[in-house]
Amino acid sequence: MKFRIYRYNPETDSEAVMQEYILEDITPGMMLRDALLRIKEEQDETLSFRHSCGEGVCGSDAININGHNGLGCITPVSELKEPVDIRPLPGRPVVRDLVVDMSQFYHHYRSVKPYLTVYEPEPEVEYLQSPEDRDKLDGLYECILCGCCTTACPSFWWNPDKFRGPAALLQAARFIEDSRDQATAERLEDLEGPYRMFRCHTIMNCADACPKGLNPTEAIGRIKQRMLKDQS
Amino acid sequence: MTLAVRKFDTLVIGSGGGGLRAALQLSQAEANVAVVSKVFPTRSHTVAAQGGINAALANVLPDNWHWHMYDTVKGSDYLGDQDAIEYMCRAASHLVYELEHAGVPFSRLDNGKIYQRPFGGQSQDFGGDQAARTCAAADRTGHAILHSLYQQNIRAKTHFFDEYFAVDLVKDEQGHILGALTIEIETGEPLLIEAKTTLLATGGAGQLFCNNTNAHINTGDGIAMALRAGIPVQDMEFFQFHPTGIAGKGMLMSEGARGEGGYLVNKDGERFMERYAPHAKDLASRDVVSRAVATEIREGRGCGPDGDYVLLKMDHVGEEVIAKRLPGIRALAETFAGIDPAKEPVPVSPTAHYTMGGIPTNRYGQVVAPVDVGEEAIPGLYAVGECACVSVHGANRLGGNSLLDIVVFGRAAGNHIIEFLKEHRYHRPMDQGSVDKAMVNLHRWDRKGEGETVGGLRGELQQVMDDYCSVFRTKEILTEGVQKILEIEKRLNNVYLRDHSKIFNTARIEAMELVNLVDLAVATMISALAREESRGAHSRMDFPERDDKHWLKHTLYYKEGKRLDYKPVRVKPLTVESFPPKPRVY
Repeated sequence: MKFRIYRYNPETDSEAVMQEYILEDITPGMMLRDALLRIKEEQDETLSFRHSCGEGVCGSDAININGHNGLGCITPVSELKEPVDIRPLPGRPVVRDLVVDMSQFYHHYRSVKPYLTVYEPEPEVEYLQSPEDRDKLDGLYECILCGCCTTACPSFWWNPDKFRGPAALLQAARFIEDSRDQATAERLEDLEGPYRMFRCHTIMNCADACPKGLNPTEAIGRIKQRMLKDQS
Repeated sequence: MTLAVRKFDTLVIGSGGGGLRAALQLSQAEANVAVVSKVFPTRSHTVAAQGGINAALANVLPDNWHWHMYDTVKGSDYLGDQDAIEYMCRAASHLVYELEHAGVPFSRLDNGKIYQRPFGGQSQDFGGDQAARTCAAADRTGHAILHSLYQQNIRAKTHFFDEYFAVDLVKDEQGHILGALTIEIETGEPLLIEAKTTLLATGGAGQLFCNNTNAHINTGDGIAMALRAGIPVQDMEFFQFHPTGIAGKGMLMSEGARGEGGYLVNKDGERFMERYAPHAKDLASRDVVSRAVATEIREGRGCGPDGDYVLLKMDHVGEEVIAKRLPGIRALAETFAGIDPAKEPVPVSPTAHYTMGGIPTNRYGQVVAPVDVGEEAIPGLYAVGECACVSVHGANRLGGNSLLDIVVFGRAAGNHIIEFLKEHRYHRPMDQGSVDKAMVNLHRWDRKGEGETVGGLRGELQQVMDDYCSVFRTKEILTEGVQKILEIEKRLNNVYLRDHSKIFNTARIEAMELVNLVDLAVATMISALAREESRGAHSRMDFPERDDKHWLKHTLYYKEGKRLDYKPVRVKPLTVESFPPKPRVY
């Protein structure tokens, strides 16, 4: 099977190249991460990429696969068209090979204050939350911060410094929707203005890219509805 | 070139649940904390914990902490230290409520309280009916806890060094730990972090084995750093094999699958756990279920063309329960086995899962080592979580107790560090000799030449561990295993990197991880050969019985001289009566 992998090491390379690798003996069920590991182990130790859990929960190995963002560890190579083009996530500065600088992504995450905020004294036991209220967090809390969505979003490409991006907005929704959280008004107010959230033009690349099947566009829609409800 | 230096009150190495819970305690107390992690914090392996966290909240069935304590002592096959176990089980409810207040999206019962499910080894009333003690956020409890703890650390303004790898501890001649030498992965630049207190929270070493449920990063770095600093490691022969890893792949199928009503069958369709554990059946302790599965396979009742797995049957549990309570493992089974567990059973087999052994600590998280009489704390050094051995898990950990362990002892260590810092206001002078020694270990990988590869040797090491240190062990097998591991240790000197670049050189990180794995493999194999009894996860076919007369004691392994020592189990709890060893039946 033929792979073309984006290679760039700032210490030695003046520009990036797509390097070709051939991998024999593709085993059934082999994931793309397994293929990359075999290439690194058997052919080229200098190939750098992030990865860890190998089962799609840690979010380390987000890469661009044949033009589509995804996680290497849960992408079966049998489903990929040859040659398989592998690039770093788009729109982010490349540190080396498939490793990108995610600091702006994390900055946006932090800036939505992604923590439960309660102003009243805490009870000795758990806050009560009905199963229906808890259900509202499904589809929001499962985010693994891999960055597939945000780096697939054209609005983010245009305004990476000002637009929070789908991942951070999904987190904002996760706390706005949490019946325990008491900072809803501040959270909504913080997303006002033309850029932070309203740059979302429901292009839906985020939902298409999310390897966990989450839908940030829909979450952003829920935030907008809450804003309207609060104003009326 | 001069070495860059940063100074903090406390250096936390590792950003899983243990490290982050400790860091939170410290940041909230306004200590100056640095958390060093080789991956971005939410990528730490706590994220993969599925089933839940134990606490006797009694939200579903009657429960109290004392029953939890009994189950944990019994589960540990009486090797657990009962003072630490009492402390953990008493603290459990408070810690779970605290997590809930921190934002963890626990699943809920109709009355709005936290959902709890039955898990292995749990009982009501000291060995009676099954209990339901495991608090769960669907089957993503670790993810929910890790993200919430990271989020609260953002709020508390904890200082993070993301993607820094800790090379070695630095210490002075009086034995005080002074911090650690680290390397920034992105730039390849070394950074010395000086700290009045250092907390190791680096997780387990599942990568010792070929067939494991663990992340690539679980290479036992902190345990190996402690070994190199002259500290013995405890009970390394006790490695948990989880009964239900996806066969041939290793991904974990949570015990929650059986907690929600799933069960195991052999090739005859027999629910074989009824033979091995008539009372608890599929919810017996993990060591018991893993041995049962391994026995079925050995005796020719395994499934598939090679008869090398059994089936985890969940289709009778119903679509709704699987969608609601087990969505994560359904996705794993679909992705990695091509099977929807709501329709078909999943092939599973015992898979290396959890390091019960580790750096010996007391219940304050202080690292302790033997002196002439008794033991003493290593000044300035703490350890919590899977890298530590406090020991609440003894010879076998109960499901749902690892997430509990990390938050209970993360908090306890944080509290003790706060007290320690009050009495130790200033950094001690740096010990240049110790820094130089650590630098040698780092620069060793600049050596150029032709020889073996990191990946090649790691693969061999894992295969040796799988073949010679698995569920069933004998003197013969372990003796051969020790020889093979010692050969691998020798060959380490002939391993060379091809990649000598500085920027994000993952090959170099993996090389240093391999050094750590080799140290731990030697420790595990030698400790296992010496223990001539069967207890918990350590099952010797040549010594099939537990031998309390000779072996109710903790193993200590020293790197220097590869020497073993032993220390007594703390059988006296804090306030209640001791649970004396009894035959262990489920």
